[in-house]
Amino acid sequence: MGQRERALVSPPGGAFRGRVVVMDVGDVQRALWRIAHEVLEHNRGAGELVLVGLQTGGVWIAKALAEVIGPVAGAPVPVGSLDVAYYRDDIGLRPVLPVAATEIPVDLDGAMVVLCDDVLFTGRTVRAALNALCDLGRPAAVQLAVMVDRGHRELPIRPDFVGKNLPTRRGEMVDVSPDGVMLGEMVETGPAAEGPAAEWQVGE
Amino acid sequence: MSGRHLLGITDLGVDGIDEVMRLADTFVEVGRRPIPRVPALRGKTVVSTFFEDSTRTRLSFEAAAKRLSADVMTFTGSSSSLNKGESLRDTVLTIAAMGADAFVVRHGCAGVPAQVAGWLDQAGGASVLNAGDGAHEHPTQALLDCFTISREREARFGARPARPGVLRGLRVAIVGDIRHSRVARSNVLAFSALGAEISLVAPATLLPPSLAGWPVEVSHDIDALLPKCDVVYLLRLQNERMTEQFLPTLREYTATYGLTAERARLLGPSTIVMHPGPIRRGIEIAAEVADSPVSVITTQVANGVAVRMAVLYLLLGSGAPIGA
Repeated sequence: MGQRERALVSPPGGAFRGRVVVMDVGDVQRALWRIAHEVLEHNRGAGELVLVGLQTGGVWIAKALAEVIGPVAGAPVPVGSLDVAYYRDDIGLRPVLPVAATEIPVDLDGAMVVLCDDVLFTGRTVRAALNALCDLGRPAAVQLAVMVDRGHRELPIRPDFVGKNLPTRRGEMVDVSPDGVMLGEMVETGPAAEGPAAEWQVGE
Repeated sequence: MSGRHLLGITDLGVDGIDEVMRLADTFVEVGRRPIPRVPALRGKTVVSTFFEDSTRTRLSFEAAAKRLSADVMTFTGSSSSLNKGESLRDTVLTIAAMGADAFVVRHGCAGVPAQVAGWLDQAGGASVLNAGDGAHEHPTQALLDCFTISREREARFGARPARPGVLRGLRVAIVGDIRHSRVARSNVLAFSALGAEISLVAPATLLPPSLAGWPVEVSHDIDALLPKCDVVYLLRLQNERMTEQFLPTLREYTATYGLTAERARLLGPSTIVMHPGPIRRGIEIAAEVADSPVSVITTQVANGVAVRMAVLYLLLGSGAPIGA
């Protein structure tokens, strides 16, 4: 699970402990190349295309996709970032604070928006993002690109472009970064915990 | 804001002020959208209870609450059952019984918001936001002033704010009726918490009876200070609170302390002029200075909505423990 989701889900003082490396740095890069070309194929070019990364885990993915799509399409693709904190449905149930201001550099009216995120889980973040987009303009279409689809949807939402389908148990966590994807879980790190969190140390 | 209320600047601490400013940045962006509204406080009810006249603070709080999708109820002291003899406590508990999540309270007496907070703590536990109490505090004005200084210095001079302590090293002169000003009290607390050096400029009669413990310098010579200041913060003479003769004449005040067009030429190239409003042209500030580019008075008002959205969201929505 990406940084944003982890911050929201983790118990105070918890840390991610990786167990299985699901994708390495090369796998992530190849998935980005493939998704970039799928986006171009699906939209028949990059005209009207706007990549919008969800804060925080989706922002680097949107930028990385733009770096591939731009040269192939022959023109730079606009990249934006969207923070959906104020649209979440769990405000009041747990601490919800935005991490950064939303930045969309172009008018979204008529745009082909590709929402980018690291992990698709319950679908509630994407629901919030769709509502936020509707307040920012009227895109011609909205598509969804994610690096990992881990299942457990709670809303009728499906991705258009997927890096990897990863069956998980509900209590597990998925950590996505440009360096790779790791499956693991959150562990309590109270004052009694021994040593530093074993992030990116355990693999197979 | 470790507690549920915002009664004064000290409730926040440096980290709390910083968090309000960080969120206000996100709400400025919301305000620029085609639909400047987010659903963050859906289902919450905010009551504005103003026992004293107000234009910008009441409208600003109400706009902020509406842009967060909260429901807004408005209470005005002068047209209420207070005139029939109902006590303040009964009035507050009556409104609370209708289901309110936050009270925005302005009152002519210092301490009323704290008193209301005490009653509400025992009756359902709504939040209280002080919108100005007597000559005590006006914390959201101070927050929007800090936010405006930080943003304007970044926009005009490329000064990247280093947080926390965004006003570190800045020289601020607060000029005018300090004695009756809750804005001055909140601003002295907020500006000094963020690292600014503060000078109070006023005739001796318009300074508080004691400044013991205030982190300020006092001056009676505005002409000497103007070239050295980064921010000149003007205050209105509060005639409605003046119970005795504090000044010989208004003309003498303007001649000695007013920011006239001639005086404005003494301002440094990177100085901004602020005023909490309402301004009285020709008395504390000349009309042409108020309308000139050095003045950020309307920017303060615009930023007020975003800052009050940040405060309302932190108190009612975020669920996050922050502040002192």
